[in-house]
Amino acid sequence: MKTIIRKRVLKAGIAVVGLSSLAVAVSAHAQQTLNIVSWGGAYSMSQHEAYDKPWMEKTGDEIVNIDRSGNALAGLRAQSQAGNVTWDLVDMLPADAMIACAEGLIEPLDHDELLADAPDGTPPSEDFVDGALGDCFVASIVYSNIVAFNSDMFPEDDQPSTIEDVFDLENYPGKRALLRKPINNMEWALIADGVDREEVYAMLETEEGVQRAFDKLDTIKDEVIWWEEGAQPPQLLADQEVAFASAYNGRIFNAMVTEDQPFEIIWDAQVFELDGWVVPTGKLDKVKDYLHFATDTQRLADQAQYISYGPARLSSSELVSTHAETGMEMTPHMPTHEPNFATALQKDDLFWADYNDELTQRFNAWLSR
Amino acid sequence: MSESPAAPLRTADGVPLKVSLRRTVRRSKIKALLLVAPLLIFLFIAFLMPLFEMLWRSVDNPEVSTHLSRTVSALEGWNGESLPDEAAFAALAEDLREGQQERNLGLLSSRLNYEKSGMRSTISRTARRVDTLEPPYRASLIEVNDTWGELDTWKLIQREASPYTISYYLAAVDLQLSPDGEIVKVPEHMRIHATLFWRTLWMSAVITGLTLLLGYPVAFLLASLPARHSNLLMILVLLPFWTSLLVRTTTWIAILQSQGVLNDVMVALGLIADEARWQMIHNKLGTIIAMTHILLPFMILPLYSVMKTIPPSYMRAARSLGGKPFLSFRRVYFPLTIPGIAAGGILVFILSIGYYITPALVGGQSGRFITNYIAYHMQTSLNWGLAAAIASILLFVVIICYLVFNRLIGVDKVKLG
Repeated sequence: MKTIIRKRVLKAGIAVVGLSSLAVAVSAHAQQTLNIVSWGGAYSMSQHEAYDKPWMEKTGDEIVNIDRSGNALAGLRAQSQAGNVTWDLVDMLPADAMIACAEGLIEPLDHDELLADAPDGTPPSEDFVDGALGDCFVASIVYSNIVAFNSDMFPEDDQPSTIEDVFDLENYPGKRALLRKPINNMEWALIADGVDREEVYAMLETEEGVQRAFDKLDTIKDEVIWWEEGAQPPQLLADQEVAFASAYNGRIFNAMVTEDQPFEIIWDAQVFELDGWVVPTGKLDKVKDYLHFATDTQRLADQAQYISYGPARLSSSELVSTHAETGMEMTPHMPTHEPNFATALQKDDLFWADYNDELTQRFNAWLSR
Repeated sequence: MSESPAAPLRTADGVPLKVSLRRTVRRSKIKALLLVAPLLIFLFIAFLMPLFEMLWRSVDNPEVSTHLSRTVSALEGWNGESLPDEAAFAALAEDLREGQQERNLGLLSSRLNYEKSGMRSTISRTARRVDTLEPPYRASLIEVNDTWGELDTWKLIQREASPYTISYYLAAVDLQLSPDGEIVKVPEHMRIHATLFWRTLWMSAVITGLTLLLGYPVAFLLASLPARHSNLLMILVLLPFWTSLLVRTTTWIAILQSQGVLNDVMVALGLIADEARWQMIHNKLGTIIAMTHILLPFMILPLYSVMKTIPPSYMRAARSLGGKPFLSFRRVYFPLTIPGIAAGGILVFILSIGYYITPALVGGQSGRFITNYIAYHMQTSLNWGLAAAIASILLFVVIICYLVFNRLIGVDKVKLG
């Protein structure tokens, strides 16, 4: 802290006026360093621009970004077992948050007390979308798992448009890149096989349903390249290593607008879910001001200038404007935009909390055959 | 000619020589110990303690006995033929109520979910509605979630009440306990670990064989060329050794992938059609090629150090006694290099069964090793007990390899450099 103050002093020069005003600012808010864990890449960048920069400017806090959300649950457990929790705020998926909450690794949150009201006074519990506020969790975005394709690899008059096309090797040949996990793939396999999307999860609880999903995946297995990091699908598509790739919609959007890639998103059967903040046990006092700030209506709307993830607050949706770099209208690229949302499926966290272990083992066994 | 026992020899200041000598030796021993103490302490903290922790974790089973303690004692003496009595259900309700208050049901539900899918949500859903439970608890619990009405659920709780478990070891070799407590194979579509152990072993053997095949001539050249040339060659061997593992692995990706350098060249030369590019990476072949390259120096260096000590005159003698080149090589030179082959072989083999990054990057689906599943269970599935069990089995395999090797060749003959 000392060095920060000293730097400030230097910047302010020797003017006494500058010094005294600085002293006031410092005493109002003790400057601190916040270790914030997130997903890295374009997503962390959007958080940095929308939340961190204004926050640092306002308070003088330092924010250290750690790209560990992919293994956040393991990290929290390890830190808690070692008795030395260094993370102050963690961005994670609601399914992981449920587990962490049950293990007492993260703080229960009283949303209406901790979070900001909407500009019109609506309390947070009514302003956030369904499922956004968990016992220990507050969502910031709605994102979506979609399949995208490289439009250069198909004739202009016959571009794929539905999830069935992804499983149709005859009419749409080429490699597919899919996430190396059962999540999303099982759902898409069943939907492509003609199962109604309302019945997908009920079906996956039965042996026949799981077998049916694997049978469907078998039809494309030889043409699949499995990815594990969110940055891989846009890269594979850009290199034309694959024709289709499942991906997080924001990454594809980012490649489309900032790198001018000829990608198209198949919104059909998008599997959307939420993503947001949890507070490691014992850190609530330290981060509650930041959390209050970073989840308010304006901040969530601002984030949408940088990445095409929908804000988790209803009051933010109206404020979503244009892309910060290109000035492109953001609304049509949002997962929650009406035409995109027509056949969307919400990921069932409870189902995956129960069956992820078993299905992942089965999935891995299936892969290695 | 024997000396008569005279008065003990003494040093100048009158201390018996024996005592004085012993003192000196002890002092130098303490000095030596102090010198190695940092290393010993380091080994103890960084190596032995984690090792025991790992072995401990692979059998440790505290979840049910601590978080369902009332239920467990209520189940004592239960015969498992029909649902337990009301007392057990009441105890369960009480345990869950307490767990919900203290928010420590997470590990318990994960533990039970490993054995029976669905237990995680059964526990979390019941715990969330624990305030609505009322006597008779049996009916009340079954109404909240009918899993509590299944006999297997209760048998599972009774079985996992023991503070130690072998389920992790069973799971590590694709076995499981049936509800009745018998050891059975997991269903065919769930088997994965045994295949991976087997694959790790045979692919490591292949990699070891390839490094020997490629490394032997290089080591021979190194040992027999004049110093001027052999130094240059040595640098060529060591240069990749000093390059980051990740760089070397990703370079192989650039070379071997289907849009990669090698395929491009072959297509340009007309050797293969553009549509029929070879799949050389993200499979077993990719793992074998990349790991052979990466581990090659570990074979060449021990071989070289052994070959360097073989006087060239032996081969000349064999030739002058009428041996044809191949015969002299086979009967004279080759047997002398066996300690080097053994050292390189065991080094490469043991390194490769523990290899992790390269198979993860270039192995695709079919070229993965068991180590990748240890990482998976550590980082993603968070089943640390299973990760510990797999790692322990791998440790036993290495120890067995070492013992067999010691029996066959003898560790004292090994020269590592």
